[in-house]
Amino acid sequence: MSHRREIEFVLNGVVTRASVPLEASALSMLRDVIGLTGTKYACGEGECGACTIEVDGASVCACLQFAVDCEGRTVTTIEGAARDPLAARIERAFVEHGAVQCGFCTPGMVMQARNWLATHPDPTREEIKRAIEGNLCRCTGYVKIVDAIEAACRGGR
Amino acid sequence: MAIDHYHAPTSLPEALERLRGGGATILAGGTDLMPQSHAGRVKLGPALVNVRRVPELGGIRIDDGTLRLGALSTMSEILRSAFVREYAPVLAEACDHFASDQIRNAATIGGNVCNASPAGDTLVPLLVLDAEAELASKPDGEVKLRRVPRSAVFTGPGRTVRARDELLCAIRVPLPKPGFVARFVKFGTRPALDISAVAIGIGGVRSGRSLAGARVAFGAVAPTPMRAKATEAALEGTVLDDAGIARVAAVARDEVRPIDDVRASAWYRKELVSNLTRRVLGDVAQA
Ligand SMILES: Cc1cc2nc3c(=O)[nH]c(=O)nc-3n(C[C@H](O)[C@H](O)[C@H](O)COP(=O)(O)OP(=O)(O)OC[C@H]3O[C@@H](n4cnc5c(N)ncnc54)[C@H](O)[C@@H]3O)c2cc1C
Ligand code: FES
Ligand code: FES
Repeated sequence: MSHRREIEFVLNGVVTRASVPLEASALSMLRDVIGLTGTKYACGEGECGACTIEVDGASVCACLQFAVDCEGRTVTTIEGAARDPLAARIERAFVEHGAVQCGFCTPGMVMQARNWLATHPDPTREEIKRAIEGNLCRCTGYVKIVDAIEAACRGGR
Repeated sequence: MAIDHYHAPTSLPEALERLRGGGATILAGGTDLMPQSHAGRVKLGPALVNVRRVPELGGIRIDDGTLRLGALSTMSEILRSAFVREYAPVLAEACDHFASDQIRNAATIGGNVCNASPAGDTLVPLLVLDAEAELASKPDGEVKLRRVPRSAVFTGPGRTVRARDELLCAIRVPLPKPGFVARFVKFGTRPALDISAVAIGIGGVRSGRSLAGARVAFGAVAPTPMRAKATEAALEGTVLDDAGIARVAAVARDEVRPIDDVRASAWYRKELVSNLTRRVLGDVAQA
């Protein structure tokens, strides 16, 4: 039996308590303890970006962060982001540009694009590609994803 | 993988107290620790000491004639720092080539140094910058600091001079002399999320068409990141025209002793060292 610890943090705007195994990742806490499955598990080692979340304003891989380290922090997942206007704009652009096929990479792509566009509102195409270099997509070939993010910057068109 | 205790100290003395007697695993960004523990390559615990809330380990500032990079500085913070851009742009170059945005936001320079991978990306520029590691311990109730020159920090793959009850507090980079230039290049198979097959850093003070006080460092070609003394001697004072650059590149090729692994063969790495040395010196000559 692994040892657990009770932690408290702000998750998607709500003060949340969870009892987490000491060695668990934030990803397994979100999915297995709290039951929010929008954040995806794919590689589990920082290579694919499917698990991208925001912690204290920074975009990080949930699979690399220790759950206990969320104590006292502000965490946003795709479920929480879905409520803000920027994420809504990105989501709409993804739909309109056919940037979603199987959809497994989509929550991570949207989280990463949202976090990055918040501080880079007017990026070039090259800058967009660099921003999502930590997010892998096995289906789309990326062109439509970059199109969608570019469109989201122009207000969704 | 049994962790019995978890501590998140909020001051340096408290953190050092937790490390006394060994038996603790230090956690910073977790980007090495988490995958390594999942793969069973490191055993965590019995105590996990999360140092991310220790203020003494943070911040990037000018202090005591040096650029002080707190051990917790993330790659992203280093990239954004105006001090780094002014006094150690070669370090920013290395951070820009590092992994991906998500990893750069979590990965700390202290973790990169203490993990001591032969391919650690900040290690080569830190060698070129002649940086020092500041280590703290609390053997008998008092916090003790010591500074170790960068080139003496690494003792083998994954091993450093840090004792089990010591914490890396900061990296200190001496403020560069006027005219100091330095460049870094890393070669992998794709720009993002790739472990270097070879990394090279070269620096020195421009004097006419040559470099004085030349420093050359290589990553991923030996068990530890290394200063290349023979290459440095060949570079010192050499006029950086085509012939001079070719001569130095040949010395570099002979000096490194790389291995064959999944990322590249030893022969290929030697060719890379020679070609990249030529390229970097070309850049330095233009700078
Ligand atoms: C997908 C991926 C891509 C990567 N790409 C790169 C890359 O391009 N280049 C590269 O160099 N590395 C890369 N890494 C490796 C890793 O991100 C870096 O080594 C990083 O700097 C480690 O920092 P951290 O804060 O996450 O360390 P942690 O994982 O928290 O710690 C690493 C080690 O250092 C020890 N430690 C940490 N801080 C201290 C301290 N202050 N005092 C004493 N000991 C300490 C820990 O106990 C542990 O043994 C990558 C990792 C992943 C998962
Ligand atoms: S699951 Fe975290 S990066 Fe792939
Ligand atoms: S849409 Fe399938 S992985 Fe990106």
